[in-house]
Amino acid sequence: MNRSFHKSQTLRFYDCSAVEVKSKFGAEFRRFSLDRQKPGKFEDFYKLVVHTHHISNTEVTIGYADVHGDLLPINNDDNFCKAVSSASPLLRVFIQKREEAEHCSFGVGSLSRRRRPLALREDGPRRRTHLHIGLPHDFRPVSSIIDVDILPETHRRVRLYRHGCQKPLGFYIRDGTSVRVAPQGLEKVPGIFISRMVPGGLAESTGLLAVDDEVLEVNGIEVAGKTLDQVTDMMIANSHNLIVTVKPANQRNNVVRGSRALGSSGRSSDSTASRHSLPAAHVLQNLPPDEMESDEEADVVLEGVLEPRLVPRPPPGSLARVNGAGLAPGLHSPGREGSVQRLLSSLRSDPRHSLALPPGGVEEHGPAVTL
Amino acid sequence: MRRFLRPGHDPARERLKRDLFQFNKTVEHGFPHQPSALGYSPSLRILAIGTRSGAIKLYGAPGVEFMGLHRENNAAVQIHFLPGQCRLVTLLDDNSLHLWSLKVKGGVSELQEDESFTLRGPPGAAPSATQITVVLPHSSCQLLYLGTESGSVFVVQLPAFRALEDRTISSEAVLQRLPEEVRHRRAFEMVEALQEHPRDPNQILIGYSRGLVVIWDLQGSCVLCHFLSSQQLENVCWQRDGHLIVSCHSDGGYCQWPVSSDTLQPEPPRSCVPYGPFPCKAITKIFWLTTKQGLPFTIFQGGMPRASYGDRHCISVVHNGQQTAFDFTSRVIDFTVLTEANPEAAFDDPYALVVLAEEELVVIDLQTAGWPPVQPPYLASLHCSAITCSHHVSNIPLKLWERIIAAGSRQNTHFSTMEWPINGGTSLAPAPPQRDLLLTGHEDGTVRFWDASGVCLRLLYKLSTVRVFLTDTDPNDSLNAQGEDEWPPLRKVGSFDPYSDDPRLGIQKIFLCKYSGYLAVAGTAGQVLVLELNDEEAEHAVEQVEADLLQDQEGYRWKGHERLCARPGPVHFEPGFQPFVLVQCQPPAVVTSLALHSEWRLVAFGTSHGFGLFDHQQRRQVFVKCTLHPNDQLALEGPLSRVKSLKKSLRQSFRRIRRSRVSSRKRRPAGPPGEVQEGRSRAERTGLQNVELAPVQRKIEARSAEDSFTGFVRTLYFADTYLRDSFRHCPSLWAGTNGGTVYAFALRVPPAERRMDEPVRAEQAKEIQLMHRAPVVGILVLDGHSVPLPEPLEVAHDLSKSPDMQGSHQLLVVSEEQFKVFALPGVSARLKLKLTALEGSRVRRVGAAHFGSCRAERYREHHLAVLTNLGDIQVVSLPLLKPQVRYSCIRREDVSGIASCVFTKHGQGFYLISPSEFERFSLSTKWLVEPRCLVDSAETKNHSRLCDRPGPEKASGRARWVKGQVAFAPAPAHPTLPGVPPGGWPESPSPVNSAHPPSSASLPPFVCPTLPCKLVRRPHSSRDQGFPERGA
Repeated sequence: MNRSFHKSQTLRFYDCSAVEVKSKFGAEFRRFSLDRQKPGKFEDFYKLVVHTHHISNTEVTIGYADVHGDLLPINNDDNFCKAVSSASPLLRVFIQKREEAEHCSFGVGSLSRRRRPLALREDGPRRRTHLHIGLPHDFRPVSSIIDVDILPETHRRVRLYRHGCQKPLGFYIRDGTSVRVAPQGLEKVPGIFISRMVPGGLAESTGLLAVDDEVLEVNGIEVAGKTLDQVTDMMIANSHNLIVTVKPANQRNNVVRGSRALGSSGRSSDSTASRHSLPAAHVLQNLPPDEMESDEEADVVLEGVLEPRLVPRPPPGSLARVNGAGLAPGLHSPGREGSVQRLLSSLRSDPRHSLALPPGGVEEHGPAVTL
Repeated sequence: MRRFLRPGHDPARERLKRDLFQFNKTVEHGFPHQPSALGYSPSLRILAIGTRSGAIKLYGAPGVEFMGLHRENNAAVQIHFLPGQCRLVTLLDDNSLHLWSLKVKGGVSELQEDESFTLRGPPGAAPSATQITVVLPHSSCQLLYLGTESGSVFVVQLPAFRALEDRTISSEAVLQRLPEEVRHRRAFEMVEALQEHPRDPNQILIGYSRGLVVIWDLQGSCVLCHFLSSQQLENVCWQRDGHLIVSCHSDGGYCQWPVSSDTLQPEPPRSCVPYGPFPCKAITKIFWLTTKQGLPFTIFQGGMPRASYGDRHCISVVHNGQQTAFDFTSRVIDFTVLTEANPEAAFDDPYALVVLAEEELVVIDLQTAGWPPVQPPYLASLHCSAITCSHHVSNIPLKLWERIIAAGSRQNTHFSTMEWPINGGTSLAPAPPQRDLLLTGHEDGTVRFWDASGVCLRLLYKLSTVRVFLTDTDPNDSLNAQGEDEWPPLRKVGSFDPYSDDPRLGIQKIFLCKYSGYLAVAGTAGQVLVLELNDEEAEHAVEQVEADLLQDQEGYRWKGHERLCARPGPVHFEPGFQPFVLVQCQPPAVVTSLALHSEWRLVAFGTSHGFGLFDHQQRRQVFVKCTLHPNDQLALEGPLSRVKSLKKSLRQSFRRIRRSRVSSRKRRPAGPPGEVQEGRSRAERTGLQNVELAPVQRKIEARSAEDSFTGFVRTLYFADTYLRDSFRHCPSLWAGTNGGTVYAFALRVPPAERRMDEPVRAEQAKEIQLMHRAPVVGILVLDGHSVPLPEPLEVAHDLSKSPDMQGSHQLLVVSEEQFKVFALPGVSARLKLKLTALEGSRVRRVGAAHFGSCRAERYREHHLAVLTNLGDIQVVSLPLLKPQVRYSCIRREDVSGIASCVFTKHGQGFYLISPSEFERFSLSTKWLVEPRCLVDSAETKNHSRLCDRPGPEKASGRARWVKGQVAFAPAPAHPTLPGVPPGGWPESPSPVNSAHPPSSASLPPFVCPTLPCKLVRRPHSSRDQGFPERGA
């Protein structure tokens, strides 16, 4: 146990109304505290942060890590209050220069992962011009449409974020037949379709998936030629980060892109179909599996649980650790914090509480993380 | 750019893979499923069995086996060897005839289908006119006489199957040549019997079902004799000298008709009804065999009193005042009697009775008094009680092997000492390089030890655990306790006994230590027995211990079966494995995993509630650990819970629907094309209707901790490794559950000198929760050289290098979805292979195996052999987890086949293709156990001389397996054929065994060659309750 652990403990025990703040800018840390009941104004907080880091002359954006491990912004009084009140117990604050921050969006998982786009683009590392669209700041994404630029208009690639969301995925799939245009004319091929939505489930609440949508890919792998059971297993195996490419049954809500308006001879004609118009899938299949998963879930390792009991309540000296980071040993601390936070969230969502943590905070010292 | 390289573009590695891996289904062990026909060649001394799925299997001396498969999926009804030849004719139930021959190719005989033929009548004739009922191969080997339902006898010329229409013996022609008083009485109806005169090839006997028997002169086309009985004819036997005809009838009687040259018909002899006077069932087949001593043998099938014994399957033997009715537990398909083979000999002198019953082959020694059975060296009835689990142990030390055989030979005293009489052909297969044991656990609480070293799976020893427990049935009141003067004189024979006294006795897990002779056996009611091999019989009490896996968890009620009641006091045990400790899990759920460490004297066991460790040296429980999730109601209530049974039955009915759809599509009858079309469209229509009625849906939901049976312990593993820190290694126990949790316990085992004084201690050191929560199916520790740790005592017996304890150890956890390597002791993830996320298949079985190269003598690699739920077999490299090769092996619908698969340590495996048959397969180029045999007759010698001219396939040379290595034929490698390795491809002796295209090994990985459809012909069994099977 290092010193800071004791320090923070004293802080918590003797002054319960204080919120410990750990502020990070680049590689530097600053620690201070705030009053939980009366945190004050955002402007004062901004000044305080800038002052403590000695960066008064630079424009910065401030973000914090919430209980789910997501990086959320602090840019007004409301979300500042929310950040302080939800700090449990430590409020971790991240500061970035504004020009750098533009390329890093807030949101789910953004602390731990730099998401690689699912498909590789032909034009390589050319940086796309960044659209400035205001983020819905206090919300958490539950789903997103991705890779719109490389998919045919009739297809939709949907990502479901299960983490940070207590809802079940909530959909069912079935076998069916879909009609394709082949050189010989129309032909019927077997396909997988969404058959049912669980009311209130994640899939239904996104509004991006619907009954009778045809499933074309699961996490970049085509489902053509696979059985219903295989596709089920693939989806469940990817359930922590499920990306399904569907051909919606209702094609009226598709995004019509200007460059490829109706009548263009581009690849908008769906029916010549998923085999040829989805180059992404072919590329993806070549990837060795472990390189695709920077966003891998981490397993939880508990050490030194001494009592062989049903509810192992680790004594204060025991260690719990997450080993997902072992894949990328050079990963910097934001990644670790993120995974720890995800661990915490997963523990909280685990009603078993067999991994119940001692009422201590998260500390870091060196490459290992202790709970 | 490295990521764009497909794994396996390295040509050197590709070459090496070809030297290491090769997929072959080599031999089928056990008894053919649903046999339907029996044939025997006295000159070759080879037995043939046909099955309902259209397979024919030939068996001679041990190791001489052939298998052939008809293209049609029709039952074989009759098999006839052509006299004195290596050829046989089969009749299928679609009325087609097939000619097979054993041809010598490259020094090894192969079974091939040469011709097929369907008898066509004159246009406009009824189909029954050509429906074949009897086949008689003429001794000239040129002609085949075919008796039909219409009463006509057709003649077909061999080997081309040319119908000789002018030689047809129609019933009208026979009628005209009969005396007036017989002629008008009635129509003949179908031909029931056709026999050639034993001495005169110009005379044949034709028996019609209405009771008329005529002897027909082939040259003169006239009736020499006729006999008329008042009863329906079933079969006829012609005595060896031709002077007596014995006919058997549907009323359960038989008649003897002396044959005299004068056409004057003697008075009808008195019919003899052996089990009269009350009504009897028909005698369907009879043998009348002469002996030197004078008194004949009468052997007949059936004829039992209809009311009281009509349901028995009996064959009676009558000789010299003795009569025994051999009572079989399953239907008798056919039988034959082995007699003097030389047709010139004066007497039959029968020496063995061969009976093919539905579930087993029984051979009875007719020369020894009492007619004891002969133990068959093959065709063992694996399923004499249903197989519930299997366990393979490679490379058994000679000492243990001899002790097991000695124990087994004392159990086999009731068998005859006669040499196995069916001994045709010679086996050319090299002696097996090592001794392998296959252990099967059965529903009735027995464990059978099979010699799995070679082509013949032979029973060595049978262990019964029933003795330890009190069961309802007393062993004394068996069916054998009949009095001496009982009539009929029934005697039970055979070992097939599908009825289990108590389903709780069923064996679920087996673990044998081949060095120490310790065996652990676990069963359905949570019983774990530890046994020790003892060469003497003994009487001792079995120590009983209860392991409360729930510990002090409150409020749980087990609604499943009760635990077994152990027999109090000392129990008498015969020589062999004798139990000394009984651990009973509480609640008494099925034991789902078992591990034994004979060096530390520890046994670990797990159920759906938790796991425990028992010290069998001190007979003390070390610890138990409950793995239950509090919400897991199903596991708590046991298998009788209503919730589960409903869910399960729904799932099963869905499976049945799917299965029936699959099978109806596949078993389309071969007929005229129009009919097929119609049948297909109808099947499709019903298929579509099924879809509309019951749309099969699958729920997509992440696994959570609340899923049922998360606490189910799937795997247990002992390892001496670095669990706590990287300086000291210590004994450890690893357990993996259905919920994706791995528990690691550090053990402290006292040194040998204080082993009895100090207790074994255990404390939990680690708990790993895999975030994908898939069931953990395998745990393995790799040493510093990335080699799996050796088995306990392996190093002490100098059979393995001691593991590298210097480098860092790695932990491999195999879940149903992923392979994951962790570094020890830190348990940090190193590598993984996600199988399900990429392919949608799940791991069902995994085994570590080492693969030798067929080129380099010493070169070998350690890999994982993996069977998925799709029936594919993959090899995954250690420790880098790179997929090496993939072969499709089992049909994905064959759930029980997939559940029954076991891998050996040398890259071979077994799985059940039916309840009674193991298919043996090999992934290795070096270890290949397959039949290689030669069947010789004068005919084949001539034939082989003709065929041995170097044909085109000879040019590329052939590889031959000799003692596990390759000896190359002198012909050089074919330079122009890509994918043909130097030395060519090894060939398999029979066309079916070589069913897998040999070019598979040259294909890139993950291109799985499809099996020819003939391999997926088996009507697979619906009996899959024996193996724990997880639903989707």
